Amino acid sequence: MIESAPAVHLSPRDWPMRASLATLGLIALLCLIGPLVSGHLYDQVYRDYVLVSPSLFAHPDARETREALDAIARRMRVRVEASRQDGEVLHLTFGADRRIDPRALRAFERSDVFGPARVVETSDEGRRLSFDVPFKRTVFLFGTDANGRDLFTRTLIAGRISLAVGLLASFVTLTIGVAYGAVAGYAGGRIDALMMRIVEIVYALPFIFFVIVLVMVFGRHFVLIFIAIGAVEWLDMARIVRGQTLSIKHRYFVAAAEALGASAPAILWRHVIPNAAGPIAAFLAVLVPRVILLESFVSFLGLGVQEPLTSWGVLVADGARNIQGSIHLLIFPALFLGATLGAMQSLGNAWQGSPGTGRH
Amino acid sequence: MDARGKPLLRVRDLRVSYGAASVVKGVNFTLQRGETAAIAGESGSGKTQTVLAVLKLLPRQAVTTGSALFEDTELLALPRNRFDALLGRRIAMVFQEPMSSLDPLFTVGAQIGAILHLKAGLSRRAAVARAKELLDLAGIAEPGRRVHSYPHELSGGQRQRVAIAMAIACNPDLLIADEPTTALDVTVAARILELLAKLKQSFGMAMIFISHDLGLVRRFADRVHVMREGEIVEAGSAAEVAANPRHEYTRMLLAAIPRAQEHTRTETPVLLRAQNIGVRYSLRGGWLSAAREIRAVDGVSLCLGQGRTLGLVGESGSGKSTLARAILKLVPASGMINFDGRDLTRLDRAAMRPLRRSMQLVFQDPYGSLSPSMRVGVIVTEGLRVHEPAISGKERDARAALALEEVLLDPGLRHRFPQELSGGQRQRVAIARAMILKPRLVVLDEPTSALDRAVQIGILALLEDLQEAHGLTYVFISHDLAVIRAVADEIAVMKDGRIIEQGAAHEIVLRPREPYTRALIAAAFQTGET
Repeated sequence: MIESAPAVHLSPRDWPMRASLATLGLIALLCLIGPLVSGHLYDQVYRDYVLVSPSLFAHPDARETREALDAIARRMRVRVEASRQDGEVLHLTFGADRRIDPRALRAFERSDVFGPARVVETSDEGRRLSFDVPFKRTVFLFGTDANGRDLFTRTLIAGRISLAVGLLASFVTLTIGVAYGAVAGYAGGRIDALMMRIVEIVYALPFIFFVIVLVMVFGRHFVLIFIAIGAVEWLDMARIVRGQTLSIKHRYFVAAAEALGASAPAILWRHVIPNAAGPIAAFLAVLVPRVILLESFVSFLGLGVQEPLTSWGVLVADGARNIQGSIHLLIFPALFLGATLGAMQSLGNAWQGSPGTGRH
Repeated sequence: MDARGKPLLRVRDLRVSYGAASVVKGVNFTLQRGETAAIAGESGSGKTQTVLAVLKLLPRQAVTTGSALFEDTELLALPRNRFDALLGRRIAMVFQEPMSSLDPLFTVGAQIGAILHLKAGLSRRAAVARAKELLDLAGIAEPGRRVHSYPHELSGGQRQRVAIAMAIACNPDLLIADEPTTALDVTVAARILELLAKLKQSFGMAMIFISHDLGLVRRFADRVHVMREGEIVEAGSAAEVAANPRHEYTRMLLAAIPRAQEHTRTETPVLLRAQNIGVRYSLRGGWLSAAREIRAVDGVSLCLGQGRTLGLVGESGSGKSTLARAILKLVPASGMINFDGRDLTRLDRAAMRPLRRSMQLVFQDPYGSLSPSMRVGVIVTEGLRVHEPAISGKERDARAALALEEVLLDPGLRHRFPQELSGGQRQRVAIARAMILKPRLVVLDEPTSALDRAVQIGILALLEDLQEAHGLTYVFISHDLAVIRAVADEIAVMKDGRIIEQGAAHEIVLRPREPYTRALIAAAFQTGET
């Protein structure tokens, strides 16, 4: 008898599991609550703040103030004769060769830098205008994109989409794939052969072709992404589960359950699937990232998520295009995507190694 | 040859530990040239770890200290490359499981040839020629043809012969055999032992023979070292240890399975009657070969009275397990089965379900028969879920505790996973799972074969008690006639799917008619007891 070396349990401490759960929980919470409290809408365009760098301080700074002021003055065709900052208020005097229409001061209100202007004094027959404008203070934690939209809010909104796609499509895959694979593997024989040939036929359909057909028939819709991705990815899952089932069904504990008179669904549910849980978890850990990436690919082709709505994949693609000018567009979404994928990966590993999942 | 008195191998204070767990605790022994030493002990006693440590084959996390002097070379301090030169040429090893020690992708000749080519420096052509000679020496018929066979084309015994041929290829001074016959049928094992003894004589090798079966090694070895929990508890010449064991543990290892009390009950009503049972498998033919049909069980008839035990004995592949499953209608079979006055022949799976509770099955392998993802309590009560779906989870838990108590296990174990239990505990769990439904017929498929002798005795006693208490009827399958004789009222000997001899247990053992039965008896009782 070969005596196995005494089981040295380099016990899978549960800290990686906890850490990844905490990371995932934090990201999910941020994505849910963040956009509500960030103070920006994900599709709100700040024309004065295009490609702003990330910072903790409130905008505008001195340069942005001057630029915005110059732009407004140019549009109003006036000279800035005096400007004096007093806390959160800017005291300004505009001068021109003709009479200045005070209604044109609405331009301040419309800008992203200033609040509504209040006229203090009109002199020189209306050719000089003194007024106060308050600053509009805004914080762009992650900076803004090329359209001047807040990246923080957009990253979190994208997270909602990506996580939803990842989880829902994986769930669709999990349920269909596991059920199909387990039934095919357990039934065996002709039923198995027939079911697996069907899988192969569906496998042969090009994914993009499939997505395009779906879009043509049903029009563009968010839900179609789940259906399209789920419809393709379950094939792999079904194959994996079938393979596992084929080996598990010849183990003695399945025969013991048969001898006890357990029905086929009970055997599948109680014996086969729990013991295939390890490989299933491992595949899920790969699947969720894959689905998230697939979604971004589909969106990139213009068949998935549409602007101004976005997903991490779209944001990363966007950031990659702007990598020379403003690297923050790449870093933040990539950080979120990476953290999520990494946490899922280590969660999969940790779960696979824990007792009661068929691996020991 | 060196002068007598200079040992070939001298092991001093050998210790192996994995982290805090130490598995070999200061082992000392010496081996003279041409001597056979046996290391005997139960699984987990550290006997394999000891030799693997000497051969530096332990996994990396194992820490080995002490000294192992081979002639004048300190093996434990030897660098890897010089050690590899020694291994295979001067020291060779034969493992327990011949299938896993041969590479399935290469022919037998190529594998033996590779050793000769690499270690002995023979040319490829000379290596193949020598491989044929070695196969012939190892007692393989038609070596010229077998040289081109792949391992899967050979039987278990032939594979072990090939492994031995590989081991002796370079004429080693020391051959280490780790349970070389445990995975083999008893009659095959006897022939392999003869072969080893013959080769040892003709090659003048020293041999270390590892076995759990002290009865086996004492006929074979010059010296015996009995190991327990990483220590040698008794050592001496084989005859001395066998005749006069000093340590209690040695005595336990030598003890035969206690004979159960003679069942002299009067004729009991018939519970199970099977007539002309046949099970066939058809193998799908390949491109050029036609489909073949294998008759695993061929025209077997049985009759078993209530409360009695039928021992079904035979070697692997004789169809005894298949027959057991056919009786329980777990595999499709032809023929007539009558259980408790009911004809089962025509019942389908659904119709069988209510009957399942009175006919249960316990498997050989307590490691494979319990689902690793379920807790013991859930495993034990699975039958209740099927047959008494109405009872609550709380009551199921209570029943699980009772069932575990009945098989003499701590009811607290029901919250554990099977991989946390020992082999004997697991087999008790498997028995509890069958017993919780209060069955009338229990088929025990090699219930003790995977267990150590002491544990075996405990399980057999438990089965005996349960039979007494509940009036159970057993079909007890084993390849080990010694175990069968201890439990069975009647014995049926199976070979090639047929029952070749059947009768009362003592009749069969004392007066076997068939030569095959005689061979089984010889193998069982020569190795098992005096």
